[in-house]
Amino acid sequence: MSRRVDLLIVGAGPAGLAAAITARACGLDVVVVDEQAGPGGQIWRDIEQVGATPRARLLGQAYGEGRGVVRAFRESGAEFLPETRMWNVDEDLRAYLAHRGRAWSIEAGALLLATGAQERPVPFPGSTLPGVMTVGAGQILLKSSGQVPADPAWIAGTGPLALLYAIQLLAAGGRIAGFLDTRPTGQTLAAGRHAARALLTGPRDIAKGAAWMAQLRRRVPVFGHAHGIVAEGGHTLERIRFRDKRGAEVTRAAKVLLVHEGVIPALHATQALGCRHEWDAAQQCFRPVLDDWGTTSVAGVHVAGDGAGIAGARAAGLRGELAALGVAMRLGRIGAEAAEQRAAPVRAALRRAIGVRPFLDALYPPRVEISDPPDAAIVCRCEEVRAGRVRALAAGGLTDPNQVKTATRAGMGPCHGRQCSAPIAGILARMGGSEVRDIAPGRVRPPIRPLTLAELASLDATEAPR
Amino acid sequence: MPVTHLNMTQIERDEAGESPLFRLVESPENSVTIRVDGVPVLAQPGETVAAVLLRLSPAWSRRTHGSGERRAPYCMMGVCFDCLVSIDGTGSTRSCLARVCDGMQVERQDISQGLRT
Amino acid sequence: MTAIVRDAVVIGGGLHGLSAALFLARAGQRVTVVERAYLGRHASGANAAGVRTLNRAIEELPLAFEAMEMWRDMNAHVGDDCGFHACGQVRVAESVDEVASLEARQAQSRAAGFTHEEIIDAAELRRLVPAIAPHCVAALVTRDDGAADPHRTIDAYRRSILAAGVALHEGAGVTKVVRQGQDWAVHCDAGTFVAPCVVNAAGAWAGQVAAMVGCHIPISCRASMMMVTERVPPLLEPVVGLVGRPLSFKQTDKGTLIIGGGQQGRADIETGRSIVDFAGLAKTARTVTELFAATAGVGITRCWTGIEAQTKDRLPVIGTSPDAPGMIHLFGFSGHGFQLVPVTGAIVADLAIRGTTQRNIAAFAPQRLQGEAIEACPQDGLRHAIKE
Ligand SMILES: Cc1cc2nc3c(=O)[nH]c(=O)nc-3n(C[C@H](O)[C@H](O)[C@H](O)COP(=O)(O)OP(=O)(O)OC[C@H]3O[C@@H](n4cnc5c(N)ncnc54)[C@H](O)[C@@H]3O)c2cc1C
Ligand code: FES
Repeated sequence: MSRRVDLLIVGAGPAGLAAAITARACGLDVVVVDEQAGPGGQIWRDIEQVGATPRARLLGQAYGEGRGVVRAFRESGAEFLPETRMWNVDEDLRAYLAHRGRAWSIEAGALLLATGAQERPVPFPGSTLPGVMTVGAGQILLKSSGQVPADPAWIAGTGPLALLYAIQLLAAGGRIAGFLDTRPTGQTLAAGRHAARALLTGPRDIAKGAAWMAQLRRRVPVFGHAHGIVAEGGHTLERIRFRDKRGAEVTRAAKVLLVHEGVIPALHATQALGCRHEWDAAQQCFRPVLDDWGTTSVAGVHVAGDGAGIAGARAAGLRGELAALGVAMRLGRIGAEAAEQRAAPVRAALRRAIGVRPFLDALYPPRVEISDPPDAAIVCRCEEVRAGRVRALAAGGLTDPNQVKTATRAGMGPCHGRQCSAPIAGILARMGGSEVRDIAPGRVRPPIRPLTLAELASLDATEAPR
Repeated sequence: MPVTHLNMTQIERDEAGESPLFRLVESPENSVTIRVDGVPVLAQPGETVAAVLLRLSPAWSRRTHGSGERRAPYCMMGVCFDCLVSIDGTGSTRSCLARVCDGMQVERQDISQGLRT
Repeated sequence: MTAIVRDAVVIGGGLHGLSAALFLARAGQRVTVVERAYLGRHASGANAAGVRTLNRAIEELPLAFEAMEMWRDMNAHVGDDCGFHACGQVRVAESVDEVASLEARQAQSRAAGFTHEEIIDAAELRRLVPAIAPHCVAALVTRDDGAADPHRTIDAYRRSILAAGVALHEGAGVTKVVRQGQDWAVHCDAGTFVAPCVVNAAGAWAGQVAAMVGCHIPISCRASMMMVTERVPPLLEPVVGLVGRPLSFKQTDKGTLIIGGGQQGRADIETGRSIVDFAGLAKTARTVTELFAATAGVGITRCWTGIEAQTKDRLPVIGTSPDAPGMIHLFGFSGHGFQLVPVTGAIVADLAIRGTTQRNIAAFAPQRLQGEAIEACPQDGLRHAIKE
């Protein structure tokens, strides 16, 4: 009843699309699933609808570049299953999928997880109020609906995405009340030592970033080293409070506050599979341990794109190509020599594409405050567990995130700890005098994507939908 | 029943003096009608349900089961689960991943009422 | 490193080990609990927490009734009610044939002198469980049974043993147990503990611990699968099971639905990892949605597998080791040990301190299993599930 396919790719962003195109060129039978309605992933979201409209122009060149890739993907002969969730995968590479009320499983010769990244959770007091959202969310609303905050918005955070969105928002006719740059002072200096390499490999990116910041400073109030951010309001956001770089408290009326502190790899699938992970000190997050072909410690399971460690869209596509070559080699479709030969220019391009990363990582390191939020901050949005509760348990001797989970239900809600696991690990580390890298991540239980009882009941009961 | 207009390039305040969190940049050419808690609302074909909720006033998607507080779509990329609504009878659906279609029935999620404690 | 001298060492920080530690400590013994992971890491934290005398093996019933008295007053025992509600348990017949099996069971327990089970007709079943599918014809019910909260129970026991002066070592796996004069020396990551009495409450790993002292008791393991849903409005009061299909279905105070019933996943005893077999769990989902149509659109939040020791006759092993004097076995609860937790500690304390107990535990003697062949575990790689 269940199908077999050479390569199952989860995620149709730059990594998944490039991998599919390369794998098809090697003659592999490829299925790509994504829970979004169309290919493109986060960066090229809705490119097939939006690509030819005027909105695409204001989204910038990087967005427009997606059109060609998506077209090549559509022509590659890979089968695309939109709005399809992979909710579980076994070590023997049986993947469990669901689409609109039906579930089925599919056997894969190899699995490529190109599931991308999520924004780093940023809990602070009031961060659950309607009106507080992520910058990524704001950008997605702009890309796919052409909508902007109704009133002048506040943007708080660091990282290229926060800047890029601010620029896109202004270009689209949106208004910004103020930009809270949350980088601690001195960070630009710290980044300086990586600048030389960054300038050699990615001068375009750096120049772009500097130009954006300059443009922003001309048009909106920018508060340097903003910290201690608090959102307040009744049913919805009414005002924000924060401390400026001198430590003085500032209060401002606000209706929309968009926050962003960088992105981290989405690890649910690799964690559920029991793949080995390592701590990435520069980006302050875990990432799967991978070889040159993106292979994890579990045979046949590959990772490419931001899920392999944050490196941006260009690197994502290149890593996708490498993973596809690795799979083709493993399945015997191309020889090792041919694979190496085809991989060589891709590897060179990848080195160039990630050259700017150490600079960006040093320029935008995650603040301590994020991994150690104040007591009043809700860390588990699903079960409404505040940082103070976790801190009290840690003071009482709990050291393991799984114990915090059973004691508070933090992580037991529908998001499965996607929002709370990082801050909880941060609090446990700080209270226990250890490092986040030493806190074993909580167990990830299936389903890793939403699944209803009726969907599970339908599992493999009938022929898989095509 | 009056249809809540797609408009929203202009901001309108509701009776409570609240106004939507988001507005459209330009008026779209086509529209579909969905119902949000029974109220007809215009939407752009192919956009997400969460995007529409954010243009309503007040803007929210679910109530928490503990404190009963309102939540609105937060991440728009399927990871926060604050945008859960019921769509055409299927509960707990992430509205940021669901596309509108004409006649769709959306109910904001509120199970805080009538729960045993 | 110098060995620490104790009166008793309990191996295993599951609920039975904690119950034993609590009774021993309250009787004045110096007790140490050693647990490889953390309290309640395996079956005790992964179970459905049904508190059930319904359809329980006749041999276990006297203990089960004693435990039930304690469940009603857990506050007095461990300072928390452990989330226990006497919401009742029902075992539902979906066909007339199945009613006959309910009647046979009721006759059997009556013959042994137990009158706690009552047969109810379709109308009464519908009154008790309005949401149940119309095809259900009758049920066996115990109105005093119920369910508790496993995590609250573990927490309450943790606090109680610490208050009673028990020394607790988590993250301390036992590597060997050797004779030292009249005593046993228990070696673990937290050091060496020497005591005349060792309680083997190591759950799925109890067979390995017994083997360390040369006592061979064949056991297999269960890897029962469970799932829990998102919170939903009130749907049902009692815990529902079925005669003809594996199911245990209940709603917690939080509104989540807890679904189990014995479909087996795969377990790897060596690594402690267990894996959900979704083909099996899909059957459970079919059963639930057929029985309670309203659950169809309800989201599943988590699925997991809990590993536990299982004996050939599905009765626990409670008693002194025939081969290793001073070791008291307490394991093999075969998927239904949660209800017995409050009372098993009392038995262990009797055996450790007085060498005997007034309670009838003859059916649980380790000797009965020795010489039996071991059943296969649902090991990793072995895809088919053990059928009950
Ligand atoms: C919110 C956000 C906004 C960004 N905006 C920009 C930008 O404007 N410009 C820029 O240069 N970079 C941006 N980035 C970074 C850029 O998106 C990435 O570097 C790049 O897209 C990574 O590509 P990818 O293929 O690894 O991941 P993605 O593009 O994220 O693709 C992964 C896909 O996997 C799907 N998926 C995940 N799990 C499952 C599952 N179990 N079942 C089914 N489908 C699944 C997701 O729906 C997604 O479509 C942004 C990142 C984020 C998080
Ligand atoms: S808005 Fe976060 S999951 Fe939809």
